[in-house]
Amino acid sequence: MANASLATLRRTLLGMLVPAVVLVIWQLAGSRPDMAGILPTPIKVIDGWRDWIFASPGMGLNPYLGTWVSNVQYSSMRVAQGFFLAALIGVPLGLLIGWSRLVQQIFDPLIQSLRPIPITAWLPFSIALFGIRDMGAIFLIFLGGFYAIVVNTTQGARDVERNLVRAALMMGASRRHLLYRVVLPSAMPSIFTGLRIGLGISWTAVIVSEMVAVKSGLGYVLWDAYYVGRMDIVLADMVSIGIMGYLSDRLIVFIERKVLVWRMLQSH
Amino acid sequence: MSHISIDKLYKTYPGATPVKALEDIQLQVAPGELVALLGPSGCGKSTLLNLIAGFEQPTQGQLLVNGAGVSAPGPDRGVVFQEAALFPWLTVWENVIFGPKVQGLARSEYEDRAHEMLKIVGLSDFKNHLPVQLSGGMRQRVGIARILTLGSRVLLMDEPFGALDAQTRLTMQELLLNVWQQLKPTIIFVTHDIDEAIFLASTVYVMSARPGRIQTKITVPLNRPRTVADTASETFAALKLEILNLIRH
Repeated sequence: MANASLATLRRTLLGMLVPAVVLVIWQLAGSRPDMAGILPTPIKVIDGWRDWIFASPGMGLNPYLGTWVSNVQYSSMRVAQGFFLAALIGVPLGLLIGWSRLVQQIFDPLIQSLRPIPITAWLPFSIALFGIRDMGAIFLIFLGGFYAIVVNTTQGARDVERNLVRAALMMGASRRHLLYRVVLPSAMPSIFTGLRIGLGISWTAVIVSEMVAVKSGLGYVLWDAYYVGRMDIVLADMVSIGIMGYLSDRLIVFIERKVLVWRMLQSH
Repeated sequence: MSHISIDKLYKTYPGATPVKALEDIQLQVAPGELVALLGPSGCGKSTLLNLIAGFEQPTQGQLLVNGAGVSAPGPDRGVVFQEAALFPWLTVWENVIFGPKVQGLARSEYEDRAHEMLKIVGLSDFKNHLPVQLSGGMRQRVGIARILTLGSRVLLMDEPFGALDAQTRLTMQELLLNVWQQLKPTIIFVTHDIDEAIFLASTVYVMSARPGRIQTKITVPLNRPRTVADTASETFAALKLEILNLIRH
């Protein structure tokens, strides 16, 4: 018992060693006069961040006072909408592509030929199509999440154990039953892999599109703060994006653990 | 009339070098008979089982179950797979009632039967367990309970106890004999274990490989009900030696 907690303590300390050194170097480097305007010290970042979160917006002339929550909300809502749409279309389509030769022949060539185009390359087209509005950002987020979800779901549906399908047919399952009761649950682990990867890409997409296509959200603040030389906000913004990405990933893992109890037991 | 009737059956897998998996198979199985298909790996015994199950189609020849041709898998022919093939996301109970449920039967039509079958295989206390929480032997018990609940009159068993340890295998063989005595289904049992074939079956079909054919039909002269003691009898030993000699040549 004592050994175990000692080992935990040791591991925690070892893990904190390098970050602590980096923080110290950062603080020292940020204090140098020639770094002014480029690298704010960690303390300055925390100060700026605190004001960005908690300070009263006053007359609303300074965009970095008390606007953090609403910007986080803007970005999160866009991710949620685009990602939800991606899952809503990507999961059923992936299942069908993996399951039906016909559906595969219809959709696979299109998806495979569009997939190599990076989502960032879609930006101008997306703005032309949707204008500087939410839809442009949501479209990119959708696209980013969609590929990962559809490709992983397809793989999962394809990898269904042959004997499970045979067992179901032997027991009198129809093709519809096979899809809902065998292929879908079998593919569930791959679907969750796709959702997690897709969500990560969705966060990339929201930042990129907010930098260009809309005038709010963490991505917009990131670029805007850089232009006005508020590097403390830039850094606070970067960390905020990281935290949001991490939290949303944890949310999916939480749901995965609830849904895939059988899988969790299997791997232990 | 035989329950399963196979005449001049061929199965060839096409390809650059076509593989003759089965050649000129003749097989008649009476209702309620327990037969074993015995042979080395690659002799086509599992292929033959898959054809009867309807998972694969023969290249040529006649295959009748209850006088009708087999075109697809169905609940009249229950299959017990080598690795149980239970749905890992369903509990024991949900696995057992999967068949009647997808067939759209009312709960009252199958619940009592499912309880009874779980009792016969000794898993009444494990209804809410997931397959991953069970041992290999218990998983096969669920596999058996599930096709008994299905009401299959033909049980097709593909080396179901091959992966189990010796002790568990013996328990499972006794359990199967017990089930067979009670319900008298027709059973085709595929195995490469000579002892298992003799202990279980009334008739053993010894198969040979490349091309897969039925080499010899042997009637097992042991009375029913059989017990472990039979496996130590002279009759058993003599028959085992006879089969060993057959397989060597």
